[in-house]
Amino acid sequence: MKLELGNIIIHDIQFGNVSKVEKGIIYINKNELGALLSEDENIKSVSFEIARPGERIRILPVKDVIEPRIKVSGRGGIFPGMIAKVDTVGSGRTNVLKGAAVVTAGKIVGFQEGIIDMSGPGAEYTPFSKLNNLVVICEPVPGLAQHAHEKAVRLAGLKAAAYLGNLGKDIDADEVEIFETPSLKEGILKYPELPRVAYVQMLQTQGLLHDTYVYGVDMKQSLTTILYPTELMDGAVVSGNCVSACDKNTTYHHLNNPVVRDLYAKHGKELNFTGVIITNENVYLADKERSSDWSAKLAELLGVDGVIISQEGFGNPDTDLIMNCKKIEAKGIKTVIITDEYAGRDGASQSLADADASADAVVTGGNANMLIKLPPMEKVIGHIEAADVIAGGFDGSLKSDGSIEVELQVITGATNELGFNRLSAR
Amino acid sequence: MEKLRAVHYINQFFAQIGGEEKADHKPEAREGFVGPGMAFNAEFSGKAEIVGTVICGDSYFNENLEMATKEVLAMIKSFKPDLVIAGPAFNAGRYGMACGTVASAVKKELGIPAITGMYIENPGADSFKKEVYIIETKNSAAGMRDAVKAMVPFALKLAAGEKIGASAEEGYIPNGIRVNFFEKKRGSERAVEMLLAKLSGKPFTTEFPMPDFDRVEPNPAVKDVSKATIALVTSGGIVPKGNPDHIESSSASKYGKYDIDGIFDLTDATYETAHGGYDPVYANQDADRVLPVDILREFEKEGKIGKLHRYYYTTTGNGTAVASAKAFAEKIGKELAADGVDAVILTST
Repeated sequence: MKLELGNIIIHDIQFGNVSKVEKGIIYINKNELGALLSEDENIKSVSFEIARPGERIRILPVKDVIEPRIKVSGRGGIFPGMIAKVDTVGSGRTNVLKGAAVVTAGKIVGFQEGIIDMSGPGAEYTPFSKLNNLVVICEPVPGLAQHAHEKAVRLAGLKAAAYLGNLGKDIDADEVEIFETPSLKEGILKYPELPRVAYVQMLQTQGLLHDTYVYGVDMKQSLTTILYPTELMDGAVVSGNCVSACDKNTTYHHLNNPVVRDLYAKHGKELNFTGVIITNENVYLADKERSSDWSAKLAELLGVDGVIISQEGFGNPDTDLIMNCKKIEAKGIKTVIITDEYAGRDGASQSLADADASADAVVTGGNANMLIKLPPMEKVIGHIEAADVIAGGFDGSLKSDGSIEVELQVITGATNELGFNRLSAR
Repeated sequence: MEKLRAVHYINQFFAQIGGEEKADHKPEAREGFVGPGMAFNAEFSGKAEIVGTVICGDSYFNENLEMATKEVLAMIKSFKPDLVIAGPAFNAGRYGMACGTVASAVKKELGIPAITGMYIENPGADSFKKEVYIIETKNSAAGMRDAVKAMVPFALKLAAGEKIGASAEEGYIPNGIRVNFFEKKRGSERAVEMLLAKLSGKPFTTEFPMPDFDRVEPNPAVKDVSKATIALVTSGGIVPKGNPDHIESSSASKYGKYDIDGIFDLTDATYETAHGGYDPVYANQDADRVLPVDILREFEKEGKIGKLHRYYYTTTGNGTAVASAKAFAEKIGKELAADGVDAVILTST
């Protein structure tokens, strides 16, 4: 399967009379996009803000971040099974508005929503401070139950991203990248000398408000399965969770999965990247056993020599991580796991909730319990009072001058377990 | 700025007094630097100066640990140092133990910044890495140049009270305290490189060595539950509605103790969860799902259990450090035992 990504570099987002992309600037007609998103009867009101790199803006509570993309050719549409028809994506041509994102905010759904600072010390920890963000603030109708609230905001974000993506359909790309994965047989014939490597991606599925969707399927109800890596780039996997902000994989992360990119970078040269095994992180022991059995079985079936396993979330999913690692190693397949740590504010506690001697190659995204002081900003988009209750905040996090003292875990994407960042710990 | 006063601790060998045959050399203080102290002094390049050197034979030190430590410490103190450097000991075991003992005693008893240097397999490294910063060195004195280059800037940084970074940045042997820092490459790239190294049998270093876990053996079964007082303790975050003690939704710094005297059922009007790590909808609808007060009241009435303890204890397990959880458990356990509770049902989520 072969996919061409046409990157249209975006320098700015502005509101305008006509929605369009011109000379690297996205212009948005607020009324038109607002009307589209207000079609959902569960959304009482929608408003928009723009947050650019370096601006003294704080966004909270952040639910999801989504990169605008559009299928130019090839089967299917972006976010198949969610807002496009179900069809196998990952081939043909996709245009990307690179440097831009949709950020969904508005009244808090659960506890686990995040903060994005566009400047200052907090900005160093989130990749989204480097993007031109259209912030979509969705307020739910009164009395809307949490599950329906989450779904309404999730879909609004996807729709807004698709709306923006669509503006880039006929624009010439500034750069083109090509990604190709051959069939198993072709790959073996083409690269007989190279080690065969798969990527095991664990998806957050601990339950409502903690779910991930694959072609529209709630992944907690799926068995472990296989994707071509390029399917991820077309939105086959969508975040639907409010898990702790620092180590949840936003939809943006799924579209730009760094493990996929870095394996492709060495594909055909130092390794043969065979595909992606996606597995879930359900809460029941039987599910954990079954899913990790299947990860190991599929890795064996693919005939790989090594895998990289990435995690999403922490605590309970640490057991899934270790099960996957242990069972895959037991098949004689080498593993590297990517995780993050909850070592306490002083860094002195055990970092993971589970461990095994076979997990001898670990990459860490850092200690999420580290305290950080975020100075006041000129402008807050969303609801500042959420700072005291979101995961990583505490009573008194929000100071009277508008500054916030919190654990790193509140910052969206800070300790990402796909290895998206340079942050680490020793 | 005034020059910092540094004191150097070395053994009989590095003082050029002698080898094993002189290992019983008693503590001795000399003005200025001796032996490898010259290289340290040069590397300090005017920011610090070795004002005195304390020398002790390795056998004497280890065989007279308490007395030798006292003697060495007194000599070090007499130089009124701002900074103490011990060794480096490379892979010399007894020298490593002496350097670790001296550096940690200086830090603890004199309150003066102190460091040492050792090869990672020196037994002194394992014994003292949590007490003092030990800069990792090569396994023999051939690594002295590199050791001095690593130890001097670190020692100056420590003496100046600057923020100490992660072990990988600073070069000290990991001491169990996890410190965040920015790597040069992103995590996914490091993972791919680590996997390629592992696949080709090349050396690689894990960023997080797996810990040894505490395993708690369950107590023997309660002989007669119908006579037992049973308490409920949960990490599921069930709190009286409104979370009166503001228990954090993640990384809890405290636990709550609440009176359930006369309460037969937890309802959505009276209780909720403060836990931020699971879907709260069902726990908020009926908190008995996490903290089974209703069933225990039924059992109490039917005589299946002796009685339900008057108080329940609660915290959120979500992202809460093991050290905090341990501290909560010790307090809760003591109170429960003092209150005559026979058994605890511990619910998690």
